Amino acid sequence: MIRSLLSGDLPRSLPLALILGGILICLALAPFLFPGVRTVDTAARICIFIVLVASYDLLLGYGGIVSFAHTMFFGIGAYGVALTSTHMGRGFDAIAIGSLAGAGLAAALALLIGLFSLRVRAIFFAMITLAVASAVAVLVSQLSGLTGGEDGLAFKTPRALGPALKFGPENFGGTLFGVKLNGKLLAYYFVFIGALVLFLALLRVVNSPFGRVLQASRENDFRAESIGYRVVYYRVAATCLSAAVAALAGSLYAVWLRYVGPDTVLSMELMIDILLMVVIGGMGTLYGAMIGATLFVLAQNYLQNLMGAASGLVEGLPILPELLSADRWLLWLGVLFILSVYFFPTGVVGRLRGNR
Amino acid sequence: MSAAPEHAPTMAQATLAERIAPHMPVLLVPLLALAGFVAIMNPASWLTLTVSGLAMGMMIFLMASGLTLVFGLMDVINFGHGAFVSVGAFIGITVLTELGHMTATPSLMLNLGAVLLAVLGAMVATELRGGAFEKVIVAPVYGHHLKQILVTMGGLIVVEQLIIVLWGPEEIYFNRPEALKGAITFAGAAIEKFRLVAVVVGLVVFGLMRWVLRRTKIGLIVRAGVENGEMVEALGYRLKLVFVGVFIAGSALAGLGGVMWALYQEVITAHMGNHDMILIFIVVIIGGLGSVEGCFFGALLVGLMQNYIAFIEPKAALISNIALMVTILMWRPMGMIPVVKAK
Repeated sequence: MIRSLLSGDLPRSLPLALILGGILICLALAPFLFPGVRTVDTAARICIFIVLVASYDLLLGYGGIVSFAHTMFFGIGAYGVALTSTHMGRGFDAIAIGSLAGAGLAAALALLIGLFSLRVRAIFFAMITLAVASAVAVLVSQLSGLTGGEDGLAFKTPRALGPALKFGPENFGGTLFGVKLNGKLLAYYFVFIGALVLFLALLRVVNSPFGRVLQASRENDFRAESIGYRVVYYRVAATCLSAAVAALAGSLYAVWLRYVGPDTVLSMELMIDILLMVVIGGMGTLYGAMIGATLFVLAQNYLQNLMGAASGLVEGLPILPELLSADRWLLWLGVLFILSVYFFPTGVVGRLRGNR
Repeated sequence: MSAAPEHAPTMAQATLAERIAPHMPVLLVPLLALAGFVAIMNPASWLTLTVSGLAMGMMIFLMASGLTLVFGLMDVINFGHGAFVSVGAFIGITVLTELGHMTATPSLMLNLGAVLLAVLGAMVATELRGGAFEKVIVAPVYGHHLKQILVTMGGLIVVEQLIIVLWGPEEIYFNRPEALKGAITFAGAAIEKFRLVAVVVGLVVFGLMRWVLRRTKIGLIVRAGVENGEMVEALGYRLKLVFVGVFIAGSALAGLGGVMWALYQEVITAHMGNHDMILIFIVVIIGGLGSVEGCFFGALLVGLMQNYIAFIEPKAALISNIALMVTILMWRPMGMIPVVKAK
């Protein structure tokens, strides 16, 4: 049962299995284990980023293709839901149509970019995606009539997913283990289940023959081509697939935040975050995405406070407080990123599995 | 036994299209300028736009040339190239502000001297940094594109953040030297003086680069290295050293481009290099990775295109460059002047 759910890709290491199980349980029971607006928000972000990073890992880790347009696809999904929810009114039909349209558009765009660049040289892809993604980000902030520009769009999700809805038997007072049973809880589980399904689907994809061909083309595309696989087709298909999943993750994010804006879903910083999550967790394995996203989002939320405290400690010394201030955490992540590419190319998961 | 068929060789005259094809990249620039003239229908504004487009193209060329050579020679793709642009701009502008007494007077000589000092400072700084970047960041990951992209991207983040640590997160505004302010009027068109300077600097650098690459021994080694590195090494040249030299020279050019760009914009931010990277990548791709000439003409095309479109339909400016790239890639998938690799 578990084996088939995980598509035969078991963690293959006891500590890894324990960590992954721990993450899964914590996320599944987050509203009950850690009640609180901020912690539940963190848990939802972790769920969404796990899917987003996993879909990126399909490209980077399995296909060996570097894309800088992943936030663009993420943003397309998010804006899809935002636009349909704004124009069609709140409702699950709006969410469904918005996310499907977003995923379709993302896949079509990925197909176009992929056909243009991957056909020539995989390295073009990295540059072209960077150019296209930044152009789209500028376009979104300029077309303020449609997208709300820099301010973004705030919209309403179905009443069932908002805090206004209360449910549960009257005699409990609408609570379960002290947690209010309201629409926000449903929204969390909507996100959680959506993320879980997408993650398992991705796991299925990478462990299919398709995924194997992709890995083969990453290791040696010339040889994969000689065996008779058209590497370009597989790469383009992987690009489209990962774009569609990223768009769906974006839709989940939009549903959770009930807001989209260029800074939250399209920025270059987000793209760099995704890269860091993939590399820290471990490229070429979806469990790496799970660990990387969890570590990163936790660090993002709590490490900054720690750095602020550290910078307070060294106050009075030259430059050091500047280097340690909470705003400079990206600097240390950059250093960590370079070091992990050199010394732990297989990331946390690779270490735990004892590959190298 | 039948007689051998009569041997009658015919010299097929190359058609006009065939004869033009090799020169197309060069011809595209005037063609685009002509198209711009037709679309704008106003000689004065057309002249202004063309000069500023050429100036922009020259500056992009300065920034992009190092990247394309480094790729051609060692197959190293440096996503951190933008960081050199930013560092160059910051150092250059710091020097320029220190030399306030020279820039505040309207004397052209003093002003140019200050700019020259700023450029020298920026170039020395980016050279040193380029050398260090090559040693620390790039050298361990030769021959591995994926890791190169990731590591140089990480390097870019670190350098950007360090700039913020040293100079602060705010945008820095400053004034151009007196003599480079303002515009001259020519045939009814206002042409900013600084843009003319940029065009001249770009042409000089392009000429110098071409001279070094075509007429000197080191240029010969570099060109041979681009075509077939192993063979050059077999002949006894230490290509690694040549490469480090090219990397450092490329970084210095990026620094020069950064100072020029900063003077053009009159504002610098830590992220400016990263923004310019987009244009640089477009230029490098449409020129053909590894080709200096392609890079030059590509940069001019991008500069002209951006200025014409920004005048005709401002919102389409960024998209226009992507459209240009797509068109050129459809026409020549490897870029306008593809580099032939003997591998």
